[in-house]
Amino acid sequence: MSGTFVGMPAFPKAAHEAVNNATLRGNLRHATHTIRAKRAKAVGEISDWAELREAGKRIKDHTLRHLDRYLTQLEESVTAAGGVVHWAADAEEANRIVTALVKMTGESEVVKVKSMATQEIGLNEALEAAGIHAYETDLAELIVQLGKDRPSHILVPAIHRNRGEIRDIFVREMGEWGRPAPEGLTDTPAELAEAARLHLREKFLRAKVGISGANFMVAETGTLVVVESEGNGRMCLTLPETLISVVGIEKIVPSWRDLEVFLQTLPRSSTAERMNPYTSMWTGTTDGDGPQTFHLVLLDNGRTDTLADEVGRQALRCIRCSACLNVCPVYERAGGHAYGSVYPGPIGAILSPQLRGTASEIDASLPFASSLCGACYEVCPVAIDIPEVLVHLRERIAQGGRATRDGNTVVLKPAKGHAAERAAMRAARWAFSHPGALGAGQRLASRTRRFHPRTLPGPGRAWSATRELPTVPAESFREWWQRTRGGKDATK
Amino acid sequence: MRVALFLTCVNDTLYPDTGRAVVKLLTRLGVDVDFPMGQTCCGQAHYNTGYRHEAEPLARHFSDVFGEYEAIVTPSGSCGAMVRELYPRMGERARAEGRGDTLARTLAPVVPKTYELTEFLVDVLGVTDVGAYYPHTVTYHPTCHGLRSLGLGDRPRRLLQAVRGLELRELPGADECCGFGGTFAVKNPDVSAAMGADKVRNAESTGAEVLCAADNSCLMHIGGTMGRLRTEMRPVHIAEILASTEAGADAATEAGAESRANASTDAGAEEEPSA
Repeated sequence: MSGTFVGMPAFPKAAHEAVNNATLRGNLRHATHTIRAKRAKAVGEISDWAELREAGKRIKDHTLRHLDRYLTQLEESVTAAGGVVHWAADAEEANRIVTALVKMTGESEVVKVKSMATQEIGLNEALEAAGIHAYETDLAELIVQLGKDRPSHILVPAIHRNRGEIRDIFVREMGEWGRPAPEGLTDTPAELAEAARLHLREKFLRAKVGISGANFMVAETGTLVVVESEGNGRMCLTLPETLISVVGIEKIVPSWRDLEVFLQTLPRSSTAERMNPYTSMWTGTTDGDGPQTFHLVLLDNGRTDTLADEVGRQALRCIRCSACLNVCPVYERAGGHAYGSVYPGPIGAILSPQLRGTASEIDASLPFASSLCGACYEVCPVAIDIPEVLVHLRERIAQGGRATRDGNTVVLKPAKGHAAERAAMRAARWAFSHPGALGAGQRLASRTRRFHPRTLPGPGRAWSATRELPTVPAESFREWWQRTRGGKDATK
Repeated sequence: MRVALFLTCVNDTLYPDTGRAVVKLLTRLGVDVDFPMGQTCCGQAHYNTGYRHEAEPLARHFSDVFGEYEAIVTPSGSCGAMVRELYPRMGERARAEGRGDTLARTLAPVVPKTYELTEFLVDVLGVTDVGAYYPHTVTYHPTCHGLRSLGLGDRPRRLLQAVRGLELRELPGADECCGFGGTFAVKNPDVSAAMGADKVRNAESTGAEVLCAADNSCLMHIGGTMGRLRTEMRPVHIAEILASTEAGADAATEAGAESRANASTDAGAEEEPSA
């Protein structure tokens, strides 16, 4: 797979192409609007949605507050149930651990359940470098992998593709990876699904090693939970002899009772289903049933740093439902690739700059990739106030300040590209602190209005390239108010 | 009741007609409204762009200027939301940074008595029929901060429905952002413009003559897009519709719409306001 996001340009530049790609815009518009409407219906039919949302938020906040305790408890439970727990501080360590575990089995191929954590760390690329082929088995992930493409959505990684494009990818690529596409394949959904089913079946039956993530980990019993729609997860989790799960440390819930909340809110928020078709749960290993070896790799990779930030930490509540992507007007136009991360959309705009830091061009631009319309916060099933975190991160970039990187407190300098803006903001603050100066500026603008240009040069072109400039009135309101005493003296 | 008009810096400078309309409307409803001359800007653009520390003095200034009034009315959902939702947050952040309660205490008095115009009309004055006459087809765009931060709900719609002569047309995709977003409009111009164009297309599909909203900054973006796309439609602030009566077949309102939508002519803008 050519699928990494290294060296991405800043968001506005990356979005430029997508906005002008009519096919992509059409695909995204159709897909997001469809799921948006379905989700609204699925959520609307529950009378206690607000309470479930609040409960989900509280469970996550409580768990994060006591994460040290729950992680230790989870390790004990998993170990007691026959699993082996590994701790990975970052992507590199996690990839090293997983690669070594696969090598130990002597196998050179693995089947994968769709997993955001393994995408985040670039596991497939690391395995490939070690001579191990990783096969994605989720339909959309398969499309992305066969198309040597990058995922553009959390739940529907191939959302940017339409049926015709998918058919072409299957016909062209399936033979290279295993069973070729059936002769005369058309772009009807049933035929495409059947082609994928046949192609994947031989992978499931042959694989000795499965790799997954998890939606939840229950601390009290050491149980992992994967929710999915296609049954490919069930295959990967039960057929292989060895199962390796890579899971972010924030995926813990204390008890089974807590699952009750999320197993209602997650499917309705993500696929707009009352219940997802497959919910697989496993606790360590069971003699003669399912994988006989189970490894759990607990991944930090910036999560502890994120947890240290009292505004930003709410991003760790995320259950990866992608409701915020589907409702986001920016995502709908810019597409997922512009976000330069496996986490696109509003949640990606607050997660990536926290997990990866704000040093790169793309990460420093992501918090600004939002009109702050608040639609994401409204639909979030764990009430992450995404606009609040976006503004918080904008502050970190524009003004600098304290942050935690690799467990250490660092003081970040203001980002370079914002110097002119900083000066303008300071000047505006000065003028707005002196009403007389504001009035003088308004008078000057009014008197010179006949000479105002219709379009702006330089950075102002960003406005006037697509929008008329407002005309400055002959007098400001405050001038009128003073002249007429608030309209009481209308003869003046 | 001592009522202050917080017009906002954008309206004061670019859309005085909206201010005159608010004064005319409130006066007609028996409210004696004052315009404190010390007012400037709530600090929203600073805050939302990441300059919270520059916004703090502006918030303190706002509190100084408006603190003594019993109600503060603003014809802007987003500036209203800045005061109501974000001033308390600024206070909390200052406290969390070990700077004590001073900022929170300074800002606290203005927070509960700041009202967006339609809230003030419906909730405080208890009116939905403001005695307006506006013989046009209108479609209403609920701007994001009014809709989601303030929860204006159907207040603007109820006010518009009570206007005589006005035919309200449903806007498809009404609750989708128009793409303005303050500095977002220039930091991400492609996406912003695409959102604006979609909003205009949806508005045009209603066949209405007027697109109405409760925020002139959003209307500046939508109207600027309409102007460039040479749309027949006019953007008009809700205050200007609610202020209109049979008596004054509002030259001012038309002029206000001109300045929002079209930079190609100055006609009408020189007239004396007819408040």
